[in-house]
Amino acid sequence: MNVFDFIYKNAGECWLLTFEHIWIVSLALFLAILLGVPIGIAVTRSEQAARRVINAANVLMTVPSIALFGILLPLLSLINQGLGKVPAVMALVLYSQLPIIRNTYTAIKNVPPEIVDAGRGLGMSGWKRLKEIEIPLAVPVIIAGLRTAAVMNIGIAAIAAYIGAGGLGVLIQQGIARVYGEMIVAGAILVSLLAIFVDAGMALLERLLTPKGIKIGRELGR
Amino acid sequence: MIEYANVTKVFGSGPNVVTAVNDVTFKIEKGHVVAFLGPSGCGKTTLLRLTNRLIPLTRGKITVNGRDILSEDAVKLRQSMGYAIQAIGLFPNKTIYENIATVPRLLGWKEDKIRERADELLTMLRLEPGIFRDRYPAELSGGQQQRVGVARSLAADPEIVLMDEPFGAIDPINREEIQNEFLRIQNELKKTIAFVTHDIHEAIKVGDEIAIFQGGKLIQYDTPEAILTRPKNKYIADFVGADRALKVLGLLRTKDAMNTNPRNIVKGSCDAQEVLKFLEEKGLKHAIVVENNKPLGYVTPKLVKHENGPVRNAVDTYPRFIQRYDTLRDVMSTMLMQDMQTLCVVDDNGDFIGTISLKNIQSSILDAYTDEEDS
Repeated sequence: MNVFDFIYKNAGECWLLTFEHIWIVSLALFLAILLGVPIGIAVTRSEQAARRVINAANVLMTVPSIALFGILLPLLSLINQGLGKVPAVMALVLYSQLPIIRNTYTAIKNVPPEIVDAGRGLGMSGWKRLKEIEIPLAVPVIIAGLRTAAVMNIGIAAIAAYIGAGGLGVLIQQGIARVYGEMIVAGAILVSLLAIFVDAGMALLERLLTPKGIKIGRELGR
Repeated sequence: MIEYANVTKVFGSGPNVVTAVNDVTFKIEKGHVVAFLGPSGCGKTTLLRLTNRLIPLTRGKITVNGRDILSEDAVKLRQSMGYAIQAIGLFPNKTIYENIATVPRLLGWKEDKIRERADELLTMLRLEPGIFRDRYPAELSGGQQQRVGVARSLAADPEIVLMDEPFGAIDPINREEIQNEFLRIQNELKKTIAFVTHDIHEAIKVGDEIAIFQGGKLIQYDTPEAILTRPKNKYIADFVGADRALKVLGLLRTKDAMNTNPRNIVKGSCDAQEVLKFLEEKGLKHAIVVENNKPLGYVTPKLVKHENGPVRNAVDTYPRFIQRYDTLRDVMSTMLMQDMQTLCVVDDNGDFIGTISLKNIQSSILDAYTDEEDS
């Protein structure tokens, strides 16, 4: 029996695991945006804070996922959530912080100073400038950060099967346990396909949300 | 009206203190354009940015129409003044219309009114509203963007406009043109404008008064004529340049120097030989031939010598006629290019009203400088 036969015969199960995987990753991404984008914007007001926060996110990124699950286990056990989706989502949120915060910070910082100066000089408040100029101009780069985070999280979520989070990692984990090659490869292929689709989808989103004036500028090479 | 009283701005602290603006006191009259002139680092831009509180004042007082700028919310204060900068700073994610609408929208104008106003401004700045309204800044040339920057600063019809080298990013040819348009618009609108520039020609051209700064201090505050003819010290004399006499030419108009009663006028119907006699008797090198109040050209003894009919058949024409409001600089340039020492001045109908010669120009320059020698 080859891999595709396996997927075909277990289509129902595969769909279910795929949706579970997507659910974990999207919930994590959603929470990560709520946390990371405001932090990224907030730290643009202070170089020092930005350095510290980005360094901390960098350190977090170096912790292997399995180890992070291990660290979260005793902590979340205190509220009886040591295993399952809660630590998985939490870990993904933490891993997403670096690309999201860094890209948000960089994008806002890279808004040309004369544009910010013109906005100030014309009497736009800090909030107005953020909403009407800085964030719209930063959107493409912020989405690029989300894209990195999403693709990375799809991979890390596969490992979260080991702490009982479910998702496509289950195929791999059980395949290994049962020494069942087709099952392992099926899991791997589905995870990869998911990552490719999400990457393409985010690229499309990036293009759609780029302000028209910026797109025209790019085409004209200005 | 903007009044600066003992305005001082100190940047940094401890050993790194820099006094960018040092005890500056002067007044910009309502409806005047004042050019803030000086080399980079002289404090002119800092003073401008103090005016709308983009940077906080260290000491002194700035009042706008009698009100202390500190008595008002900084954001509200900025909305009440126009602001245009060299780097333009158009918002690339917004259309030209939305850029111009920035301040009116902040002030809560109705969208119809803003649309009307934006079209009016675009037309005023020679940008066809139908073409440019819905374009994005990236689609415009540098010069067009700069016009939009100016339009945006005027959008809410502010009484006071702050401009920081607003035409600095344009090539010299287009700059000349946009300066002329600026003057035309200012003639209509009569805004109170603080205009930062490092270009002495621009300052002379646009400024009703010029404030020259050095090292944060106001060195001289005067009309362009006064600064060119009576520079207060060597720094200013050097800054306005060794060719300041030539710059004065750019300020003086033909009407101030012309000879309204020249004696070498002859009618076109006069007999050529009589004209020759007239020239020889009076020892004139040439005569101007006028018919029906229109100058036909000029004749020299050589031209009329072999002419027997009326003198109009022998005239040589002038390359161009001078208008009353032409600057002496342009007149002089024509003289040099055409190798002529005297030119005709005509009014708007083309009627002859006088002549202007190199000698006239020289004496009006000397007149401009006599005050200097007196003092």
